[in-house]
Amino acid sequence: MLAFTLRRAIQAIGVMIAVGIISFSMFRFAGDPVNQMVGMDTSGAERAAIRKSLGLDDPVIVQFGRYIGNAAQFKFGVSYQFRLPVSNLLMERMPATLELAICATIFAMLCGILMGVYSALRRDSWLTHAFQAISLIGISLPTFLIGILMIYLFSVTLGWLPSFGRGDVVHIGWWTTGLLTLSGLKALIMPSITLGLFQMTLIMRLVRTEMLEVMRTDYIRFARARGLTTRAIHYGHALRNTMIPVITVAGLQFGSVIAFAIITETVFQWPGMGLLFVQAVQNVDIPIMAAYLMMVSLIFVTINLVVDILYTIVDPRLRSTISRAH
Amino acid sequence: MVKRALDSDLFYSFRRSKITMVAAAVTLLFFLLAILASVLSVQNPFDPAQLQLMNSRISPLWTSDGQSPFLLGTDEQGRDVLSAILYGMRISLLVGVLGVVFSGAIGILLGLTAGYFGGAVDGLIMRIADVQLSFPAILIALLINGIAKSVFGNKLDEMSMLAVLVFAIGLSFWVQYARTVRGSVMVEKNKDYVAAAQLIGLPAPVIMLRHVLPNTMGPILVIATINLALAIITEATLSFLGSGMPETMPSLGTLIRIGNNYLFAGEWWIVAFPGIALAALILSINLLGDWLRDALNPKLR
Repeated sequence: MLAFTLRRAIQAIGVMIAVGIISFSMFRFAGDPVNQMVGMDTSGAERAAIRKSLGLDDPVIVQFGRYIGNAAQFKFGVSYQFRLPVSNLLMERMPATLELAICATIFAMLCGILMGVYSALRRDSWLTHAFQAISLIGISLPTFLIGILMIYLFSVTLGWLPSFGRGDVVHIGWWTTGLLTLSGLKALIMPSITLGLFQMTLIMRLVRTEMLEVMRTDYIRFARARGLTTRAIHYGHALRNTMIPVITVAGLQFGSVIAFAIITETVFQWPGMGLLFVQAVQNVDIPIMAAYLMMVSLIFVTINLVVDILYTIVDPRLRSTISRAH
Repeated sequence: MVKRALDSDLFYSFRRSKITMVAAAVTLLFFLLAILASVLSVQNPFDPAQLQLMNSRISPLWTSDGQSPFLLGTDEQGRDVLSAILYGMRISLLVGVLGVVFSGAIGILLGLTAGYFGGAVDGLIMRIADVQLSFPAILIALLINGIAKSVFGNKLDEMSMLAVLVFAIGLSFWVQYARTVRGSVMVEKNKDYVAAAQLIGLPAPVIMLRHVLPNTMGPILVIATINLALAIITEATLSFLGSGMPETMPSLGTLIRIGNNYLFAGEWWIVAFPGIALAALILSINLLGDWLRDALNPKLR
């Protein structure tokens, strides 16, 4: 167990170093950083001075070490377009993205589990067929189309919900939240549903297959034989045993939710990290792109590591298979 | 040959599924429309000389303000929406197909190499695949896009942008091919025909490409079909985010991006029809892919 944890941790560090090399190469070799920072009329001597002050004349390996050292202290340089430290820009926008991602995940879990349980227990009901149609659409339609469709329905036609932004936010220390105001909550509804729809279909299908599987097992038959109520069997025994894979998938998907927020945030002009990243790609703002890559990778790697380790603790059957696979 | 094809299991299961037949017909129709775009449309939407501002913001033909020959209305610049969709579909399908071919080529070559040689080569390729698989393709495609812009300058012309998109999609979707091919190769390479080929002294690339690869084609075909839908979605998403095809040569995603700006002005047709076209295209390709997966893999039945 300890060996497994250690091996996974070393692997995770390896991935982060690889990501670090990629984002450093982006910063250093894709375009000249000095050209991006100064105006057209800057003289050669001034350019050389900036070059020296940035340490771009040092050996590449020294520069890489310094870049990683800075990144570990959450320093990613200065944005080309905003002329502000990238870390400040990211920190300012992180609460918006995290709040959106958490709400989307909660929505996906709640609806996904309910729909999955229902379609496993009532396999031929018309509602089940409706759920399956929804899940096919959820997979086939690109996220941005779903977002546009919702804006057209609920903002343009009905005028119920705001089509862009976060509404009013409340500052709690450095964190900003839209959960405490009415306009903030209203602004959260459509982006959360748009972002969570794909995860919802995933969870729904997972819960459905797991439930059908569990319902066939001996202990369910035994529970029936003991004369337990159907409700107790379904929710007390069957559903509880489907929860481990569901929580694992939802956990592993959280990183993807944050990455996919790029699209949702653009559709709804949500002031989060994803929108910042899209604007950075359009304006070739390499420091922001590199920093975003490092941040998202760190979230991904950490979640994967934690889930892997927790999973082996919760379900000992997996220990042997996991160590064999790697 | 035709008789054999009509008699096959594949065709039988095709005939039995009505949804699949509809999906195949729709997909074929879209490809035909895209190929015949220049014949079918009333104007070339990429040619600014043919656009007249007088004709801007005309609503579809069946509404009270509709004007012939603009069946689905026009946009802000007097561009006929139907023509723009046909030409845009052409771009979307072109990027999708080229992206699938490119990612397939990378994935198949790396998968063959990893599976055939094994050892450290295999370890390295599969480790890269593992790491890449944990990141969403759209993020990787966006990053490659940004790097390309930074290396070649921000203002790329239309054709180079198309090439960048194909490249970005290719590098984002190779992993699944590589994994599948590697798995099949590891099974195939222990069979007698491979040993025989090695005994008569055929070089490794010949054995891999001429003898092993044809035996792994089934799953590759399934992945390619499903990936075509994914590649089209990715291209549309990149274009929607403003990192794809420029407005001078719009794909379906770019058209949706443009139309989205006029949604609040009540001009729904500029965004609705490209959106419907994209959704129908993806849905029918997905249905075809699902059918192909079930038909070629009897274990799943």
